[in-house]
Amino acid sequence: MTPDLMNQGAERVERFAAESARRASQAAGGTASYGRVLQDRHAVDVSHGRILYLEDVCVSFDGFKAINHLSLDIAPGELRCIIGPNGAGKTTMMDIITGKTRPDSGTVFFGSTIDLLRHNEPEIAQLGIGRKFQKPTVFEHLSVVDNLELALKTNKGVKASLRFKLNGQQRDRLHEVLTTIHLLPDALRTAGNLSHGQKQWLEIGMLLMQDPKLLLLDEPVAGMTDHETERTAELFLSLKGKHSLMVVEHDMSFVRTISDIVTVLCDGSVLAQGTLDQVQADERVIEVYLGR
Amino acid sequence: MNMMKHWIRAWVLFAGCSGLLSAHALTPQLAMEMAVGESDSRIQAIGKALEAPDANTAALLQAMADETAKVFADAVWVVDQGQARNATTGETRALPDDAQDIMLNNRMRSEIDAALAALKLFSPDAQQRIVAAQAMLKEPDAARKPMLEKALASESQAEVQAWLKSALAAVNLSDAVAATRMAAVKVLAQSARPDVLLLLNQQLTAEQDPAVQSVLKAAIRQVQDGLKWGERLGVLFTGVSLGSILMLVALGLAITYGLMGVINMAHGELMMIGAYATYLVQVLFRQYLPSGFDYYLIAAIPVSFLVSAMVGAALERSVLKYLYGRPLETLLATWGISLMLMQAVRSLFGAQNVGVENPSWMSGSWVVMSNLQLPWNRIIIVAFSLAVLAAVALMIGRTRLGLFVRGVTQNRPMASCMGVNTARIDTYAFALGSGIAGLAGCALSQIGNVGPDLGQSYIVDSFMVVVLGGVGQLAGTVYAALGLGLLNKVLEGWAGAVLAKIAVLVFIIVFIQKRPQGIFAMKGRSAEA
Amino acid sequence: MSEHHVNWLPRRTLLSGRAWTAWLVCLLCVCLLAPVLNLWVPAGSPLHMSDYAVALMGKIMCYAICALALDLIWGYTGILSLGHGLFFALGGYMMGMYLMRQIGRDGQYQSDLPDFMVFLDWKQLPWHWTFSDSFVATLLLVVLVPGLLAGVFGYFAFRSRIKGVYFSIITQAMTFAAMLLFFRNETGFGGNNGFTDFKRILGLPIATPGMRMVLFVLTGVTLLGFFLLARGLVNSKYGRVLQAIRDAESRVMFSGYSPLPYKLSIWVISAVMCAVAGALYVPQVGIINPGEMSPANSIEMAVWAAVGGRATLVGPIVGAFLVNGAKSWLTVVAPEFWLYCLGALFIAVTLFLPQGVVGLLKSRQRKGDPS
Repeated sequence: MTPDLMNQGAERVERFAAESARRASQAAGGTASYGRVLQDRHAVDVSHGRILYLEDVCVSFDGFKAINHLSLDIAPGELRCIIGPNGAGKTTMMDIITGKTRPDSGTVFFGSTIDLLRHNEPEIAQLGIGRKFQKPTVFEHLSVVDNLELALKTNKGVKASLRFKLNGQQRDRLHEVLTTIHLLPDALRTAGNLSHGQKQWLEIGMLLMQDPKLLLLDEPVAGMTDHETERTAELFLSLKGKHSLMVVEHDMSFVRTISDIVTVLCDGSVLAQGTLDQVQADERVIEVYLGR
Repeated sequence: MNMMKHWIRAWVLFAGCSGLLSAHALTPQLAMEMAVGESDSRIQAIGKALEAPDANTAALLQAMADETAKVFADAVWVVDQGQARNATTGETRALPDDAQDIMLNNRMRSEIDAALAALKLFSPDAQQRIVAAQAMLKEPDAARKPMLEKALASESQAEVQAWLKSALAAVNLSDAVAATRMAAVKVLAQSARPDVLLLLNQQLTAEQDPAVQSVLKAAIRQVQDGLKWGERLGVLFTGVSLGSILMLVALGLAITYGLMGVINMAHGELMMIGAYATYLVQVLFRQYLPSGFDYYLIAAIPVSFLVSAMVGAALERSVLKYLYGRPLETLLATWGISLMLMQAVRSLFGAQNVGVENPSWMSGSWVVMSNLQLPWNRIIIVAFSLAVLAAVALMIGRTRLGLFVRGVTQNRPMASCMGVNTARIDTYAFALGSGIAGLAGCALSQIGNVGPDLGQSYIVDSFMVVVLGGVGQLAGTVYAALGLGLLNKVLEGWAGAVLAKIAVLVFIIVFIQKRPQGIFAMKGRSAEA
Repeated sequence: MSEHHVNWLPRRTLLSGRAWTAWLVCLLCVCLLAPVLNLWVPAGSPLHMSDYAVALMGKIMCYAICALALDLIWGYTGILSLGHGLFFALGGYMMGMYLMRQIGRDGQYQSDLPDFMVFLDWKQLPWHWTFSDSFVATLLLVVLVPGLLAGVFGYFAFRSRIKGVYFSIITQAMTFAAMLLFFRNETGFGGNNGFTDFKRILGLPIATPGMRMVLFVLTGVTLLGFFLLARGLVNSKYGRVLQAIRDAESRVMFSGYSPLPYKLSIWVISAVMCAVAGALYVPQVGIINPGEMSPANSIEMAVWAAVGGRATLVGPIVGAFLVNGAKSWLTVVAPEFWLYCLGALFIAVTLFLPQGVVGLLKSRQRKGDPS
């Protein structure tokens, strides 16, 4: 028994005590099991270690199988990259998660308790899933700061909006996000006048204002310069851990910078999953997507 | 011309009456009683004369109706080419100057007409006898009973006999003896006709005898049951007819909106232009080719198509081309165009309706049952709509032009990359839609009024068809049009035209709740319009 | 940090200083200048405002309220309604019922019932006339009946996410159906003759210059008041959500807003505004008939908003004045020409002037002042 070993032992005991104390508050004294009492119906329960859970999802449009027995899951705090050829169903999968499209069969769960198929788009957004579209969709006729203010995480009902006034904390948050997305000097410009890359950033900013638990990003660096792409990568890496991210991208160097696990989608289902190196070495993936 | 007709009529009557036993020929005294004096006595005299009619009676009555009968020298004469022929003896004389006209008022005229009609019971033509019997069935007159009995006695054809029996029963319906009345009711119960129903109902309100009352009620139910099938089929037919018109009207709109995304508020006016083109063709035919008037419609069809198509093409090139992708602005701009078109037509042709006649082969109706008469013009228009639908479907599905239209509307940039001249295809597609509107106008001119407001009355309905039928497939338009036409007519029977229309509109709003894209929805990403 | 706050935070005031001045000037014109010029200045003088001008201006101000209402739902929320004339007419009919009862026994038949009912041989008032002798109840009905109809219609339409052109067509069908209903005599609203020949309002005679001026001032004040209300709505976050719904409804949903309550609330507000305008219109014009519900009337409202400039609030008011002024002038000078002009106006505005007159002026001003 050396002093170092004793210290290590003490640390381990402490860590374990902290872990079980945390789990105990969540799980009524035991590890996760069936029959727990939920404190808050809308809170995302990640005690099973999964924040997003798709199982055997199928959807077809007019006979064309867009999603074909897709199963996927994401751990909380993870940054997952989704790659795959066009038409593989990446955007359709996001449509299903956010409630825009209803699958013909399968289950989609947010945490282990929230069935996303039972909610509509605004509800899903309020539950904590934020989405960035392929084409930057911002409110063209409103100013940058108005765009961000709309995305602010607050009561989104009619009465609240009529009486709404920014308080100090919200103002600070706005300022913070404006700085992060480097649009502070353009705060009062009409969003429609921004460049393509700036619009992408504005949309990411709106996503940050929403403070979602899970971010779905559909080709976030499409059309950005190398410099902007680098900054985006930094931003995502800083978000990882506190938020979970699912990023769909084609830019392989970007994917390499940010990813841990990469999922390859093809023809509506998962073709391969692993680190980028594993996936790039996979014969099927090379065949279908990466090329020789 | 008139003289010819007069002579022919006189000869026919003469010939017709020649088969009669003229036990009492028309006496001079009776003739005078018919010609002069108080209306009541004159009518009585006519009735007496009809009890035993002969050729002279018919000739005199006809002459009185034609106002060629005169009175002088204490006798009644029939004037014919300046010569006067005695109504009863047949002697001829020159017409003197002091000949007096025979006074006729409306009552006398109608009595004489009725008498002449009754005389037709003895015409040699079986069809005329049937017509006469039907007329007597509609308006039974107790005074004519002896005539009817006489006609029935001498009748040999079974069909005519049946009608005569019904006519006699109609007269017996108001007989004093209850048993006669009951027998008459039983006879009438066999014929499912609306006029019979009316007679039975009228008798029911006047009837005192309870036994006869119950027989009447049973008979009324029997007649109504017989009529029901006619009614149902009638409603079905009007529904299909309205549906076929809606389909024709909405087809053009479905092409311009469904395939091109252009909402055309001037669609009704393009129809109106087609109708006016038909009117002009009719006028031209009447002026320059009167013998071929019956065929003006054949020429009018391509003319109305072309005129509307050209107007549509002009609109597309000048205004709509710049508004693609902005459906609300297109809506407003086409509304402005419709105002201008309506005003232009008003200045050119006047604000009143213009008359468009059916060619003779389209007039009249096909009498399927007593209360089911299908007008020929509507039947032909149903066939016409189906033909147009088939032609359009073939064109869009099978021809190169149709392929290009479909390609351009589904993916404009790709089609353009393939070398398709998208601007020209747009013009063609819009012209096609407008041309079909012109055809619809041509069809409408045959069954309704043609005026500057023709388009306005159909525009709301045609939009409803497009909304209900969904976008992108012609099949939706067809089903929606037929469905709405039938629904409208069925509801009309219950609630009247206005409430039926309102009910249909409410139904559409409710239906759209369940299926916002219409009957034939387009799923997937492209349905984001 | 404080300098940053000033630079990047937008200013949220109801009206700028200049705009407040303009608003006050308008208020003074309506409340002081017009009554003086009409009632006090003698008839021969060039400054005199004729009775005809008062009636015309009053009528156009009612139309301006409708244009303002249409701007709220079309300019700011992107919902083009082609049936707002229905709410206008319904408000007018509610007021009309009250005015018909106020005729009392002075009608043609000298009966307690309105003339058209006597003509139709009705013995008593139908159920929907129950409250027509109370002014307060009438005011409530003016707001409630169109508001309720708008609420029900809007709820079902927006819930099924009917958008764009389909929605416009359905509003057109709605007003068309109502027009057909009101043309029937059995509906109990005067049939195709409607209501006319009003004698009194609140016991006072209606055709006097004094009463006309009162109604004129009331309309003007209502217009200016509604303008402030609209401005307040549009400047708040609620207004920005509406504009967001107009620009990118799906993004609004993904940001957590449910569009239905927003659309429904602005729809009902604009319907009630039109109804109030209709209620002010009828005593001034002296007649209401089902023709007011025709689709053509509603579509004309859209052109007022388009000509003036959508999403500016001031624009549609200006547009209503411009177009109706031109109409009054042309229908006297060259009546057949008017419809050509109106049609051409629709086309010209959509092709060449998508921002409208006021929108064009504003963008010119912005170009010259790059702050």
